[in-house]
Amino acid sequence: MSQDQGGPGTSFEDRLKAARSKQGLDAPPTATPGDQEKPGGSLWGIGLRVGIELVSALVVAVAIGYGLDRIFHTTPILTVVFVPLGGAAGIINLWRMFAPKGS
Amino acid sequence: MAAEGSNSIDALGQFQLHPALGFIGESVNFTQANLMMIIASLGVLGLLWIGMKPRAMVPGRLQAAAELGYETILSMCLEQIGPEGRRFFPMVFTLFFFILFGNLLGVFPYFFTFTSHIAVTLALSLLVFILVTTVAIKEHGWHFFSYFVPQGIPMVLAPLLVVIEVISYLSRIISLSVRLFANMMAGHVMLEVFGAFIVMLGGLGLLGYLPAGLSLGLNTILIGFELLVAVLQAYVFAVLTCIYLHDAVHLH
Repeated sequence: MSQDQGGPGTSFEDRLKAARSKQGLDAPPTATPGDQEKPGGSLWGIGLRVGIELVSALVVAVAIGYGLDRIFHTTPILTVVFVPLGGAAGIINLWRMFAPKGS
Repeated sequence: MAAEGSNSIDALGQFQLHPALGFIGESVNFTQANLMMIIASLGVLGLLWIGMKPRAMVPGRLQAAAELGYETILSMCLEQIGPEGRRFFPMVFTLFFFILFGNLLGVFPYFFTFTSHIAVTLALSLLVFILVTTVAIKEHGWHFFSYFVPQGIPMVLAPLLVVIEVISYLSRIISLSVRLFANMMAGHVMLEVFGAFIVMLGGLGLLGYLPAGLSLGLNTILIGFELLVAVLQAYVFAVLTCIYLHDAVHLH
């Protein structure tokens, strides 16, 4: 974490401004929270994340479908309906993760 | 450890829970995972308490660590959530350091990694999920449910897309918990497997010394890798919490 050392060249005003914006006293000039999770750029990390996002959506969808089937006694139908929906949700998760900014 | 008397590698045995603290723990099912959670919490408290004791202008090592942790999480909250992030700072800070200490303590021999149990990570992610949903409903009321309707879609597609969005929203619980759990478990299984290799190959005699040495070297590298993963996963958990909180506060 580069602190506000600022170097000898920067003026006191600049450093004060940087410190204030960091402490949230001023409204930050550019609120860009869209910079989604990008900590480890390793291929392993990306692969694991893709797998988890896809599978977790599918797991939730199957759980919902199965549960509704148990409630309404329509055993295979709702599970079958929810599986493709879960796949689509997984793809949406991936799109959110890798989508270009501002789309 | 592994390979107890047999030739099979018991890679998952290390995750078994045992009662801790003698018969008292046995009678109330107090396991070593619970003990590690308490140790981790005390460790965080100790770091902050002892670290911030000198209140020096030029911080020492421990104080620098404490201040660095504080400032990192604070700037992360403010960057990811926006100016409202200040309110959630204590929560994110606690979460980050609890997971970080849990992960890091697990690297030491004879210590137990409580984050390698899905029960623990699922509880943490459910906590985050319930908090995020509560915040969103409190901030926006009924308007919150418009989050599930993507903007600018034909009304015909709405029922389909709303279901998909709800599934996508709910899948956060699973992805958040499984990510942490899988990373921690995979690392420890690998350590265990290569540790077992050392023992087994070492017993093989002269022929086995070279591969056993290679396994030992690999395990040394893996320990360093584990340290990286421990910090990274705690950070990812905290960042994702912040991103979800941002969604809850701002809706899109």
